[in-house]
Amino acid sequence: MKGKRSDEEKKIKLVVNGHRYELRVGGEAHEVDPSHTLVYTLRETLGLTGTKIGCDRGSCGSCSVLMDGKPILSCLTLTVECDGKSITTIEGLRDPTTGNLEPLQQAFIDKSAFQCGFCTPGMIMTAKALLEEKPSPTEEEVRDALSGNYCRCMSHYQVVEAVLTAAKKGEDSNA
Amino acid sequence: MPDGYRFIGKPTARRDALEIVTGKADFIDDLKLPNMLYGKVLRSPYPHANIKTIDTKRAESVLGVEAILTYRNVPDWIGGTPRHVKVLDRKVRFVGDAVALIAAENEQIAEEAIELIAVDYELLQAVYDVEEAVMPGAPQLYEEFPGNLIPAGFPGFGPKNLHELVFGDVEKGFREADFISEGTYAYDTVPNPLPIEPPGVIARWEGPDKLTIWSATQSPSWHRFVMLPKMGFPEIRSISTHCGGSYGSKNYAFLPCFYAAALAKKTGRPVKVYYSKEEHFGAFALRPGTRFKGTVGIKKDGTVTALSGELFVETGAFSDTSQAQVAVALGEVQLMLRCPNWNLRTKLVCTNRNPSGIVRGFGGQEFESALFPILTEAMQQADLDPVDFFKKNYVSPGDGYFWRDGEWYVNRGQDYSEAIDRGAQTFGWKEKWKGWLKPTAVNGTKRIGVGVSVHGNADVGEDVSEAYVRLTPDARVTIHVCVSEAGMGQRSSLCKMVAEVFQIPIERVGVTPADTLVNPFEFGLVGSRGTYALGSAVIAASEDARQDLLKRAAPLLGATPEELETKDGKVYVKEEPSRSLSWSRTIGIARTCTGFGRFEPDYSVPNFIMVFVEVEVDVETGKVDLLQVVPATDVGQIIDPLALGGQLHGCLGSAGMDTALFEETVLDRSTGRIVNLNMLDYKWRTFRELPKFRNVILETPISTHRFKAIGVGEITTSPGPGAILMAVSNAIGVRLTEYPLTPDKILKALGKIGE
Repeated sequence: MKGKRSDEEKKIKLVVNGHRYELRVGGEAHEVDPSHTLVYTLRETLGLTGTKIGCDRGSCGSCSVLMDGKPILSCLTLTVECDGKSITTIEGLRDPTTGNLEPLQQAFIDKSAFQCGFCTPGMIMTAKALLEEKPSPTEEEVRDALSGNYCRCMSHYQVVEAVLTAAKKGEDSNA
Repeated sequence: MPDGYRFIGKPTARRDALEIVTGKADFIDDLKLPNMLYGKVLRSPYPHANIKTIDTKRAESVLGVEAILTYRNVPDWIGGTPRHVKVLDRKVRFVGDAVALIAAENEQIAEEAIELIAVDYELLQAVYDVEEAVMPGAPQLYEEFPGNLIPAGFPGFGPKNLHELVFGDVEKGFREADFISEGTYAYDTVPNPLPIEPPGVIARWEGPDKLTIWSATQSPSWHRFVMLPKMGFPEIRSISTHCGGSYGSKNYAFLPCFYAAALAKKTGRPVKVYYSKEEHFGAFALRPGTRFKGTVGIKKDGTVTALSGELFVETGAFSDTSQAQVAVALGEVQLMLRCPNWNLRTKLVCTNRNPSGIVRGFGGQEFESALFPILTEAMQQADLDPVDFFKKNYVSPGDGYFWRDGEWYVNRGQDYSEAIDRGAQTFGWKEKWKGWLKPTAVNGTKRIGVGVSVHGNADVGEDVSEAYVRLTPDARVTIHVCVSEAGMGQRSSLCKMVAEVFQIPIERVGVTPADTLVNPFEFGLVGSRGTYALGSAVIAASEDARQDLLKRAAPLLGATPEELETKDGKVYVKEEPSRSLSWSRTIGIARTCTGFGRFEPDYSVPNFIMVFVEVEVDVETGKVDLLQVVPATDVGQIIDPLALGGQLHGCLGSAGMDTALFEETVLDRSTGRIVNLNMLDYKWRTFRELPKFRNVILETPISTHRFKAIGVGEITTSPGPGAILMAVSNAIGVRLTEYPLTPDKILKALGKIGE
């Protein structure tokens, strides 16, 4: 294909953590191959390695990111399908102006809600999506929301506590 | 908790917490070296075969392929115990065994090109069962191991290393017994510890004989001192990134290390080998399989009079540490059961499946889980309460045992009776225990049952740790110790111990990177040794540096070192604190103060944990739900309550308790393939299935540690499988002996479905 119109078609426009990217579709190192998953693009093309690959088959939740505010598995999402979308990763949670941590991040620190920490970015992003939708979830709702996130160290109890603490903080600050 | 500690025992944020919650913590796959290539492994589709021909020409011609290695041109490095595992061999011994290695400019090229390697195999019969493997005429995996028997004994444990346990007089012991129980039982579904992060290694040769290895590992020094003899003693520097879970399995990764180093040597470029999840399932570190044919004798009062039998340990296609697991199992069973008469023989057998490696619980979990049905049958005959039985028989202070090195140790550790009592009380054992094979409650189709088991390990003081501590004039302390962060929070706990010694804010204490080049020898984070062994080395180094500091301050303050103390970066006279001097004045801007500490192995202090469980079984569907878990232990002194809590919760993960409920590696014995090598078919506990969990942690000060502490992290998984077996048996009123208790086994036991 040739011409101006097809050139436009060969570009993917993405907003990642508030930064706008235009990525050309193609086979070069800096380009997006149609086979590239979003997590591959985030990690390998954009250098955002905070998002982790656990199983790479959509079963462990480690690669969870937000797409237009909804949690998705970035290992099961092709980048070419993300044109025009806004993606938030763990690197995008801090307040861009103040640098302050998101309450969830602070709660994970305060409760030591991780052991090895590999699954933590995915946990926090999934929890973030939950709190966006339900600012005051019950413990049951927290467990439901996180049921697709694998943690082998068994930090589950401290994670649930951290999410509920962050939710409580949100409530208090809105009161 | 004893008062007076400023940091010890208080919850503190992990030192790496900020990096972890912001995605800045570097794991091995986050590292990219300049000019780095990606290595991939061609793996065998057959469980047992000779390679007749292998043609790499088409793959070599692919643009971006930089090297292909086969058994014909790999370095002659060799691993395993004894040495029998080549980098690549002409023979493959399990589905997933390595056939060829490829290095390419990116992963996609490597994956595509590797498919172009043409291999012609001569298929051989395979064997998967330990008892079949040792029969005459069974397929032989190694010429040098006739009968598929791998030589016993782990040389690293010294000349008397434990590979059988024969002392006392078992015949006399059985004569003295009131009840004898015997049978053959197994804990052999070889589950996967399955850390979320697969193993990975980056290797770069800095010169013809100088190698740097980056890896995600629990014990970074192993990629140096354990790899050295395997690789012909090049100069090795090992660096660990953050480790995304290990549970023993990623203490090191000798095969990925071989692969990356061989490809890097061939290409002269750095090479990363990072396993896919499928490879992680199919070609890396499962639990060993264990089958025990044994007999136990006990008296009416629960005294154990004799234990004899034969332990078949199945290691899969090779053994690297399985002999060590046998040794530790034989030691740990003596901690569990005080008994004067033993006759335990062992066989280490290789079979055609993905090899076993190190997994939390290290031998003892496997052996005790296989022994458990024999023990419970004896307790049931004697109508003993299992809590009383374990309380009576767990090794007491003053009791002795042979440990892994074959030496006899007298227990200098704790009496855990109170931990047992407090655990039982918290759990409500007395109210819930209704007797053997009796449910605690029946609600329609739901039956409640309870169970309990114990585990302990004297490896809390295993092996050597060394540390330097460096004080700088800006009132900061740097600990030089080769320890990685694999989830235990040990780097942070060490900072707390050091902060306590110097009475300086934790924020002013740092640890060097986990790098063998800049640190003295440190064995690694195994056997719950972080608190006692590693902690003691770091404390000793701190004390040494503190003495150096006080000695330097003494003439400046006109006092003797004994009259001085340090706090918050100042040295002061104890009797007159206003006479003080800053560290910068004491040390001088252009100098440092240093200390060195070494911990020598001590196998005389066993730790302990008892785990109580309550389950609910639906007798219509056969489904088992775990309702409640109560681990009970005594740690002497909590260092960090949140880190400790996490370690105890860990009893549910890493191929622990759930191996009695739903976790197993399923091998198709007609093809040798693992059929559940993905995270959908391999079952794991989710957030929706969390039992009620209450930790019972006593703090009876233990004299062997400066801060009176002892570690327990490793052992928490081990009592789980036995406790579950007991609880489910009690719930349904039928004795169950096979792991894991999936619904089919429950329904069969209830006679609701056929065999």
